[in-house]
Amino acid sequence: MNRYTIALAQMNPVLGDLERNLALHEKTAEEAIGRGTGLLICPELSLTGYFLKDIVSSVAIPLTSPILGRLRDVSRRIDLVVGLVEESPEHLFYNTALYLSNGEIRHVHRKVYLPTYGIFDEQRYLAEGSRIRTFQANIGRSAILICEDMWHPSAAWVASLDGMEILISPSASPGRGGLEDGQSFANARAWETINRAYAQLFTCYVLYANRVGYEDGACFWGGSEVIAPSGEPVAKAEYLSEQLLVAKIDPAEVRRARMANPLLRDERLDVTFRELERVQREGGR
Amino acid sequence: MTGLSLHCEFVQKILTGFIVNEVRKAGFSRVVVGLSGGVDSALSAYLGAKALGPTNVWALLMPYTTSSPESREHAELAVKQLGIQSDVIDITPMVDTYFERFPEADHVRRGNKMARERMTILFDHSAHLKALVLGTSNKTELLLGYGTLYGDMASAINPLGDLYKTQVRQLARHMGIPDTILQKAPSGDLWVGQTDEGELGFTYEEVDRVLYLMIDRRYEIPEIVAAGFDERFVRAVLAKIRSSQYKRRLPLIAKISARTIDRDFRYPRDWGK
Repeated sequence: MNRYTIALAQMNPVLGDLERNLALHEKTAEEAIGRGTGLLICPELSLTGYFLKDIVSSVAIPLTSPILGRLRDVSRRIDLVVGLVEESPEHLFYNTALYLSNGEIRHVHRKVYLPTYGIFDEQRYLAEGSRIRTFQANIGRSAILICEDMWHPSAAWVASLDGMEILISPSASPGRGGLEDGQSFANARAWETINRAYAQLFTCYVLYANRVGYEDGACFWGGSEVIAPSGEPVAKAEYLSEQLLVAKIDPAEVRRARMANPLLRDERLDVTFRELERVQREGGR
Repeated sequence: MTGLSLHCEFVQKILTGFIVNEVRKAGFSRVVVGLSGGVDSALSAYLGAKALGPTNVWALLMPYTTSSPESREHAELAVKQLGIQSDVIDITPMVDTYFERFPEADHVRRGNKMARERMTILFDHSAHLKALVLGTSNKTELLLGYGTLYGDMASAINPLGDLYKTQVRQLARHMGIPDTILQKAPSGDLWVGQTDEGELGFTYEEVDRVLYLMIDRRYEIPEIVAAGFDERFVRAVLAKIRSSQYKRRLPLIAKISARTIDRDFRYPRDWGK
């Protein structure tokens, strides 16, 4: 098995049915293993569905849940990124993505930026995460940023300074507007811009796993993609249909991009800190 | 105003996907739609047939005695072109029986009664045929409140509710709906000579441009006026939206318990689906 062949699961979870979604994860993982991949990335809230509203508390599970036990078992054969509603010991509910490997939870990311505008309502139901950390995955030093986290460049920038080579972005993005211009939604085109820009600016891989399907009429657009550190797309899934997108990751591409564009080397943390402190002192936001 | 134009192939794919997905999740495989002979219900039927196959779409033609013969011809044309199943149910006996007691009723009461009569027939057929009622209200009429509450506004799922009237026309043309249906003046056909644009006092072309700026782009009134629209017209449109807000909401519940339906009891309709 090539540890650097990865898969993005452009899946359509059932809204509020953990058991059926767990079965979907196990089936998808079998397919990913069969195709020789070493990592399967599922979309945001892949175990629960997205527009949960008051279902949140019914599908929330602690990290000790037997449901995760079953996925930890799967992770002995393939690394997994899965999305769930995590219930903390304090009974707070988080929009969480886990990195599972060798039967263990290797990394927990709790979504930091919870969109509460337009079609979104997350802060009504969920607690905000407060950490942005990288971790060592088999494919390289990685960070997970969930959906809206990606719309705050500071989050990716912090991860970059923390050593990020691989940016994993599970997403549940409903298509909005822009239907005059082509074969995708306006926000899909914005996402594609962000993914390419981040890959290039942070000289990292971007692994963007977006879901498909409909919830209460909202259409998740798919279009999952792998972007190389050069900003070039490596693989791209179809819009609107379920798909297992398989792509090869070459860590040497990170090295090559950083030789060509030593942006990370030239970061000025001292200048940034000083100026941020000044902005804060002077009453900026 | 490019914002109102559609990439029709993509939109068609999203809307047929919506129909397949939401119909199956509800445990159905068929839809039933009331065909008036107009472009909106024709488009719903075309999308339904494209999504589910013509054998899974039932069209009901429900004329009243004053309905224009042309409406029925156009509905039959759509049925024939699509190869969908259909039935004709004349609503004259039920409507007339009722108004025998209220002979003074004006055409608005009569029109609303007809729309609601058709709704009861559609939902009866929903149970009878095990078919979901496919909606036909577009975004323009939903925003203006230009429809009968619990009448033509009622449905199980509505593929057209986020398309303005002018967008309905574009998609209808793309899907091959006959020109005779596309080009005639839109009408509720609830009384002889009724036309939407005559009754509303403006054209769909005009109002859709204002609605697009006001609703989709969130322009303030002075900004819409600055974009070249007459202020009285813009304010009249806003007044229609405001006065019809009740039609777009569930009936108002007196909120007295610890948890009230739709205020703090909030579940998606696709719960567990």
